[in-house]
Amino acid sequence: MAVVTAVETRPRRNVELVLLVVSLGIAIGAYVLVGIAAEGQVQANWMWVGGGLAVLVLGVHAVLRVVAPYADPVILPITTAINGLGLVVIHRLDLAEETSLATRQLLWTAIGVGAAVAVLWLVRDHRILARYTWTAALLGFALLLLPLLPFIGRNIRGARIWIGLGPLSFQPGEIAKILLALFFAGYLVTARDSLALVGRRFLGLQLPRARDLGPILVAWVLSLGVLVFERDLGTSLLFFGLFVAVLYVATERTSWIVIGMGLFVAGAVLAWRIFSHVQRRVDIWLHPFEPGTFENAFQVVQGLYGMASGGLLGTGLGEGRPDIIPFAESDFIFTAIGEELGLTGIFALLLLYLILVERGLRTAIGARDGFGKLLAAGLSFTIALQCFVVAGGVTRVIPLTGLVMPFLAYGGSSLLSNWIVVAILLRISDAARRPAPAEVTG
Amino acid sequence: MNAPLRRLAVVVALLFASLLISSTYVQYVSAPSLNARTDNRRTQFKEFGRDRGPILVDGRPIAQSVEVDDPYTYQRKYTSAQMYSAVTGFYSIVYKPTGMEGATNDLLNGTADQLFYRRLSDLFTGREPQGASVELTIDPKVQKAAWDALGNQKGAVVALDPKTGAILAMVSKPGYDPNALAGHDVAKVTKAWNGLLDDPDRPLDNRAIAGRLYPPGSVFKVVTAAAALSSGNYTPDTLVDGPASLDLPQTSASLPNDFAGACGPNNKVSLLDALRISCNTAFGSIGLDIGDDAIRAQAEKFGFGKALDVPLTVTPSIFPPDPNPPQTAQSAIGQFDVRVSPLQIAMVSAGVANGGVVMRPQLVKDVLSANGVDVIQRPQPERFSDAVSGQVAADLTRMMVAVVDNGTGKRAQIPGVRVAGKTGTAQQGEGRPPNAWFTAFAPADDPKVAIAVVVEDGGALGDAASGGRVAAPIAKQVIEAVLNR
Repeated sequence: MAVVTAVETRPRRNVELVLLVVSLGIAIGAYVLVGIAAEGQVQANWMWVGGGLAVLVLGVHAVLRVVAPYADPVILPITTAINGLGLVVIHRLDLAEETSLATRQLLWTAIGVGAAVAVLWLVRDHRILARYTWTAALLGFALLLLPLLPFIGRNIRGARIWIGLGPLSFQPGEIAKILLALFFAGYLVTARDSLALVGRRFLGLQLPRARDLGPILVAWVLSLGVLVFERDLGTSLLFFGLFVAVLYVATERTSWIVIGMGLFVAGAVLAWRIFSHVQRRVDIWLHPFEPGTFENAFQVVQGLYGMASGGLLGTGLGEGRPDIIPFAESDFIFTAIGEELGLTGIFALLLLYLILVERGLRTAIGARDGFGKLLAAGLSFTIALQCFVVAGGVTRVIPLTGLVMPFLAYGGSSLLSNWIVVAILLRISDAARRPAPAEVTG
Repeated sequence: MNAPLRRLAVVVALLFASLLISSTYVQYVSAPSLNARTDNRRTQFKEFGRDRGPILVDGRPIAQSVEVDDPYTYQRKYTSAQMYSAVTGFYSIVYKPTGMEGATNDLLNGTADQLFYRRLSDLFTGREPQGASVELTIDPKVQKAAWDALGNQKGAVVALDPKTGAILAMVSKPGYDPNALAGHDVAKVTKAWNGLLDDPDRPLDNRAIAGRLYPPGSVFKVVTAAAALSSGNYTPDTLVDGPASLDLPQTSASLPNDFAGACGPNNKVSLLDALRISCNTAFGSIGLDIGDDAIRAQAEKFGFGKALDVPLTVTPSIFPPDPNPPQTAQSAIGQFDVRVSPLQIAMVSAGVANGGVVMRPQLVKDVLSANGVDVIQRPQPERFSDAVSGQVAADLTRMMVAVVDNGTGKRAQIPGVRVAGKTGTAQQGEGRPPNAWFTAFAPADDPKVAIAVVVEDGGALGDAASGGRVAAPIAKQVIEAVLNR
């Protein structure tokens, strides 16, 4: 481990409060504007929604003052801004489609925030999570594979990454990603030495021993299983990418990245050659406008049209037609923002995510223990990967997948799990930024 | 572990950079081509989501956009739809707009250059451009009278104010319901459209100006008479040859009258009487005498062969370019290859009525901005052509009054009003009933209206039809509607 330069030691909670007020101002202001633009009047419930969001995040802020005073001051305001913007866009689509998803999203925000507060309150030291490494592994893989079970597994929009019980549906992969990040961190912090140090050098790469390839091969097979049986490239990419990233950070060896990416590309190409549903996804990705794929590519094409109509500055909130795009409130909320807030809004949004992820990675760098580093890095990287997979999917960098933008998109599983991610990052950052305890002597 | 963490941070930055690039590509680089794609409903919604201005008649909308709760935001609605269908046309999400919807599209949708400075302010306030309203010259009472008078016969009626060129009525039958084509259900609209296209009665044609042109028959004799009088060699009292049948040069064919016998004693008839009783042989002789060039020149002075937008585009009427003498004689009585629109015939009467000056026909009274206050356009009466001299116009008026007073057009008589008119019964060849024509203006001494009526295939009377029996009564009702305003 490299030596860490001295980290600032002030708690910075007041900075967080100021930033929070700015974030809330943006979100609530936008919420009011949507009503004026779309319906010609301020929506009556703006105080409830705005006030609700404010109470929730100021509650987290208050809890941080007590249980994690040195936590990173930027993470919560950015999360608030993105979560608030999501509420605004969902509310905007509600107005167009006469649904009431925004209030449900606010409810899920409350549940997510509650979970975050619980994590902050109960887990006073993130290192105790390392105790649950293998429990997390078991639960994580179980959740990941749960949608494959008959009866409760649900096929939604071509991807089998949902479970359902009656009217309730849930994406277990969202929770699984936390558990698996925990497992990878706990496992690799102990296994890193053997994975890192033994092996032959070849072409400048330190190759691992054959028997050390075991874990990555298991992860690879699992991710391919997700790709083929759950039919979702995004989920598959998320888990494999998470594993390779944490492995790389743990071992500091580039060879793992090369091997991992090679394996994934080879597996993906193989799946494309063999499975027709993968081929269809790829066709939609590469040729959305061609007659043969046009019907299937409707959503992608409408998303592109939406973003194109937004142009540089956007149509303005409430002035576009994002409701034309199927599932604009979840899978395609990114294009709704592109349409109404323009490329400018998209850049602002992507930079918010980038800052959030980089603050998480900064936390990892500052963390004093290997487990904390790996956990923070893994969780931060899942946010980055998820953004990439979703935004890359709608802008045709990669094939479209069934994941959603963290905090932004409509959906309870995603909100709940990402607020827990944020809570863990805040917890680790508190430990990382806290002044080193004085030596206790005697 | 910090070195790989820093590298991971760079990887994350690169991932986001790729998203910035891909978003820029979609929203900036390829946006114009994406927006221009024909299957892009958003571009359609933008066009159709505008608050399109109404088309007004006497201050009341006959076409207007009402807000609806569907993706197009506005639904075009037509009132008295069939009656005005020839004028309004339709505004469809599937097909190009027709009629005034098409001709004044950029005013109605607010994108016309004349609205530029208003759009400029819209740009800053972020408002969608609001369309201007287009008020027509149509008089609803006259339009209704013409529509009702035609009954369920096929044909057209055009009425003009001869002094201004304002079009008071424009009716084409059968009409159609533009509401059926303005719907937002593509399948239904397509079905309605195909039904109208397949209809043998061609309801989509605006017969008044742009249907298939008609042979005018004897109403064209007004033009021939105008050419004769303008030549200086004729007065209304000049005696011309009017035998029972005119031998045509170069052929064995002859040109008979519509009635048995000669047009006057000793096969001679005055020009006035020749028009009054619609003597074919007399006008055939005149045609042979003055020649096709003189008739064509006169016809063109009335507007034949000239492009005209009112602003609906009028199909130019035709006088055959190079007829031989027998064909010239036929053409002089409006047969052979002479083809006209009803509006052109109304313009002939209007020119005679207005002392020889044809005013440019105009359907737009004024164009008002969306707030209903600012006048964007108010077309002023405009001279179209000097067709005949004042003297010739006065002579023609006297002759046409005789037609109604004591000739083939008696059924157009209105007590207390001097009506000037001319009948026409245009043969369409063996087996088809003739088209019945009537053109007129009134009152003869201070004309308020000039009119042309055509009823296809003899109308209700079929083979027994004549212009005087079928078309003149229709003209009479329309003239009364104008005079009783």
